[in-house]
Amino acid sequence: MTKIITKNLNLWYGSFQALKDINSRFEANKITAIIGPSGCGKSTMLRVFNRMNDLIEGVRTSGEVLIDDANILNSHTDLVVLRKKVGMVFQRPNPFPLSIYENIVFGEKIHGENITRDRLDETVETSLKGVLLWDELKDKLNEPALRLSLEQKQRLCIARLIAVKPDVLLMDEPCSTLDPQATSRVEELMRELKNKYTIIIVTHNMQQAARVSDDTGFMLLGELIEFGKTEQIFTAPGDKRTEDYITGSYG
Amino acid sequence: MERHVDQELKELNKDILKMGALAEEAIFKSVEALKNRDREMARNVINNDGNIDKLELTVDEKCIDLIARYQPMAKDLRFIATGMKINAELERIADIAVDIAQRTLEIVDKPLLKPLIDIPKLTAIAQDMVKMAIDAFVKGDIGLAKKVLLSDSRADQLRNAIQKELIEDYMVKDGSTAPRAVQLLLIARFLERICDHTTNIAEDVIYMVQAEVIKHHPEKLKDSL
Repeated sequence: MTKIITKNLNLWYGSFQALKDINSRFEANKITAIIGPSGCGKSTMLRVFNRMNDLIEGVRTSGEVLIDDANILNSHTDLVVLRKKVGMVFQRPNPFPLSIYENIVFGEKIHGENITRDRLDETVETSLKGVLLWDELKDKLNEPALRLSLEQKQRLCIARLIAVKPDVLLMDEPCSTLDPQATSRVEELMRELKNKYTIIIVTHNMQQAARVSDDTGFMLLGELIEFGKTEQIFTAPGDKRTEDYITGSYG
Repeated sequence: MERHVDQELKELNKDILKMGALAEEAIFKSVEALKNRDREMARNVINNDGNIDKLELTVDEKCIDLIARYQPMAKDLRFIATGMKINAELERIADIAVDIAQRTLEIVDKPLLKPLIDIPKLTAIAQDMVKMAIDAFVKGDIGLAKKVLLSDSRADQLRNAIQKELIEDYMVKDGSTAPRAVQLLLIARFLERICDHTTNIAEDVIYMVQAEVIKHHPEKLKDSL
């Protein structure tokens, strides 16, 4: 089932056009990787899906981005609801300077009213179990989140996201600060999570894109050059520019 | 921009070319030994097989090393994967040349059953196919790979003609010719097997260049030709 469709999507930062006529489809319960050289527009595209670019002055978009058939670029889109539905994990894990417990329930407390302690406890347990951290942290829930290892912090940020029950998880270089073992564990977690969520990951690490994703899109200078099944993109890309990039001949 | 890996891929290409040259030489010598009743040459083919085996291992190691160090993608990945498969096919071809040399040693002291006409012809086809298949790999030449595939039916026809003649004109008419006729039958069969291995190489080359699998897809093969 298709979760997100972009139709003739264009985006400008002032006079600079960062996305050019992007037409793409992102499937539910799959991991889609977006790859491409620095400055190609991949992070910009990711930030379109929860309208994070709106925070930047001078940004203009045209075209459509349909999530569950609703165009989120419409001016009447409720951004709070959208960002609850489409959450984002960043390059550097960014837990709040609060306890582990408070980090996870932060969203639910903001979005909900009259929430019981039992329900918050349940959210914490379910979310930490969802990112395979429950066994490690269940006895340290009141400790500061900032004391956790980088990998634990990144998992905690994912737990904080899934606590508000999103549909889509956007991941912008989620493993770039992690060592290979931690990267491998986060990738395993992503494979687990895709059963429940639509995941879109931006990565410079092509081996990671090849390992973890079902579909891959290659972007260059704001254009989506090629989009297809990951195994096809990495063994037999259809476009010479994709081949040059993934074999390291680009530039 | 030449990448560091390009130099190593070129080296791999050279090694596989060498492997092809050694396999081709082994086929030629094994049948020359039969034609000239040259026991020494037959032994030479058998003894030289160890060198081909060693080179096979070297090529395999290089391929695994390249995969481990560079995690190749796309055309690089297809080149290395195809290189490994072709390496195994060539080693098998050289083993078959050893089989021919061993059959030759069995009959080298006995009078020839008949003048050898079709077996040298089949040998020439097999050698030609190996050479073309290796050239196709080294140059990434689809046209040559297709030529190899087209040559295979000629090899099959020749092998069937040899088999028919040996059975109907010799073994059926005079049972005492059977021991020598069987050796020649086997040799014809071996040569035809070599041709089959070269068609595998040609199919792998088509995958390497076009990323299209035609192996076990007769309809694609027909379209492709």
